[in-house]
Amino acid sequence: MTKEMGAAIAIGRLSKVRLPVRGLMIAAGLVVAVLAAQAMDLLDDIAKRWDDIAFLSVQHIELAAVSGGLAILIGVALGVVLSRKAFRGIAEPVMQTLNVGTTIPTLAVLALSMSVLGIGAPPAIFALWLMTLLPIVRNTYVGLLEVPAHLVEAATGMGMTPWQILWRVELPNALYVIFAGIRTAVTVNVGTVPLAFLIGGGGLGELIFTGIDLSEPGMMLAGAIPTAMLAVTTDFVIALVTRLVVPRGVMPET
Amino acid sequence: MIRLEDLTKKFGSVIAADRINMEVATGEICILLGPSGCGKTTTLKMVNRLIEKTSGKIIVGGRDTDTMDPVEVRRGMGYVIQQIGLFPNMTVEENICVIPRLLKWDDAKAKRRAAELLDLVALDPATFLHRFPRELSGGQQQRVGVARALAADPPIMIMDEPFGAIDPINREIIQDEFLRMQKTLRKTILFVSHDIDEAVKMGDKIAIFRAGKLEQFDTPNNILAHPANSFIADFVGQDRTLKRLRLVRVEQASDRDAPSVRETDELGRAHALMREHRSDSIVVLSAAGTPSGWLHEEDSSGRMGLVSSKARPLPAVIPADADLRTAVSLMFTHGMAWLACVDRDGRFIGQVTQASIMRRLGETYHELDGASAVPIQHGAVA
Repeated sequence: MTKEMGAAIAIGRLSKVRLPVRGLMIAAGLVVAVLAAQAMDLLDDIAKRWDDIAFLSVQHIELAAVSGGLAILIGVALGVVLSRKAFRGIAEPVMQTLNVGTTIPTLAVLALSMSVLGIGAPPAIFALWLMTLLPIVRNTYVGLLEVPAHLVEAATGMGMTPWQILWRVELPNALYVIFAGIRTAVTVNVGTVPLAFLIGGGGLGELIFTGIDLSEPGMMLAGAIPTAMLAVTTDFVIALVTRLVVPRGVMPET
Repeated sequence: MIRLEDLTKKFGSVIAADRINMEVATGEICILLGPSGCGKTTTLKMVNRLIEKTSGKIIVGGRDTDTMDPVEVRRGMGYVIQQIGLFPNMTVEENICVIPRLLKWDDAKAKRRAAELLDLVALDPATFLHRFPRELSGGQQQRVGVARALAADPPIMIMDEPFGAIDPINREIIQDEFLRMQKTLRKTILFVSHDIDEAVKMGDKIAIFRAGKLEQFDTPNNILAHPANSFIADFVGQDRTLKRLRLVRVEQASDRDAPSVRETDELGRAHALMREHRSDSIVVLSAAGTPSGWLHEEDSSGRMGLVSSKARPLPAVIPADADLRTAVSLMFTHGMAWLACVDRDGRFIGQVTQASIMRRLGETYHELDGASAVPIQHGAVA
């Protein structure tokens, strides 16, 4: 009981640094899982697998980092390009296509990816990248379009070049929205990486799915708990980075 | 100096600006005035190339802007807009330093300039330099907007309804501050407004637009006294003569020969002076020469004694540099037909009376300062 309360207090503290509801829910699930594991005397079972957990976590992080990193780079770039005046004509059709893309289940994307690229990490990274890309492009595009027109007019009238306006005015003022997209997309990415196991991509999914197949809750939790912790940590880290990177004058007031 | 020659802008078949010709002399504020959709903003934005003209010429400081790169043209002009457009991601200091940084000024120099400019627009640098725009009121933001436009000391300012979004009280204050700054800065300013009162107050010249055409281009006084056509007469309002009151300072309409007596004078002397000036009242001065009261004719006629024994209190005096609107307002407030006018030290220099005001407004051609009494031809410059 006291442990539970301690966790609740800890969560309360975390929420002061703007931990999202989603994070709280995952954390709560975590607490329940830990308690359940305790009750079932499974902690030993999990601890036994420490080497596996460490190895697969590194793999897991690699998959998420590569696919997420590429998605951020390309997604932001694509969002910027689509928001330029010259691309106004095709921007909306492209965004619509991306929106349709988002509705395709991740498993289906993985399957399609595998049928083209075979098995292993590359098709998994491709599928994760594609899935992560969409929200980032959308938020970058919308964030840039939402920068008030009079700011761009003022900047133009002051004699800034389009490039200077993009870097000094548009991007900084869209940064909060862009980061919101990155945060959602990358956190979901980390939580989705276990599916990569299904096409031989490795990661903590190996413990989860094998645990399920073998009806070994200990093994399954050895994959599930670190996955959840990684997702929560990712979300938290991106929230912190947002605080550091987004100019104070642009952050929503609390 | 800004000169527009046959400046024309067509949007498809709509002519937004139709052969505009005008010239704004160095150091003057020219107000572009008119109802919405009249072409004033289009004309303004053609000057800093935010809108590309269809035909005609724009000469700025002797150079045809067609021969210049748009970015170069804009960097030579401060730009202030109604929405202010301070960049929310930057502090006040960073906002002001935007142009100096574009011009690759030394960092320390840019920062010094930012502090100096905040001072100029009556904001305390220590308090405001490191605030973000959203932490300022609308009036404070627009002061920063003006400071930012002035950062690189451009000879020309382009202002698009700069004070339009500020509440009336603060607008008056910021207009006064701007005029005070302009006295020393002597920028050449194009200023869009839809408010005739603002135009009369701020402008050395007013250009009135209608449906893309420049209808009249003249001094505020001439436009109010001689509207070129019925549209302009309607636009400046039925009360245009009252608006002219604002343009004249009390000292220009005061009667310098108005008599006065000292508190220590005899009542008989006061009576004689009133008769001599055919006046039924006279100002009473203290030993220091400041107005201390007044006498009515009946107070002095056939009475003996000192002026001080009968002097009535003066409800108000008017500083010589106040405008006539203030004077008339004071007269109505206190039910006076005249006011004693005082210099900066509070010494009596003359009287402003309803008659002297009417005389002054009746003079229809003159430069306001009376320096050069050359008749200005009025009428539309189409």
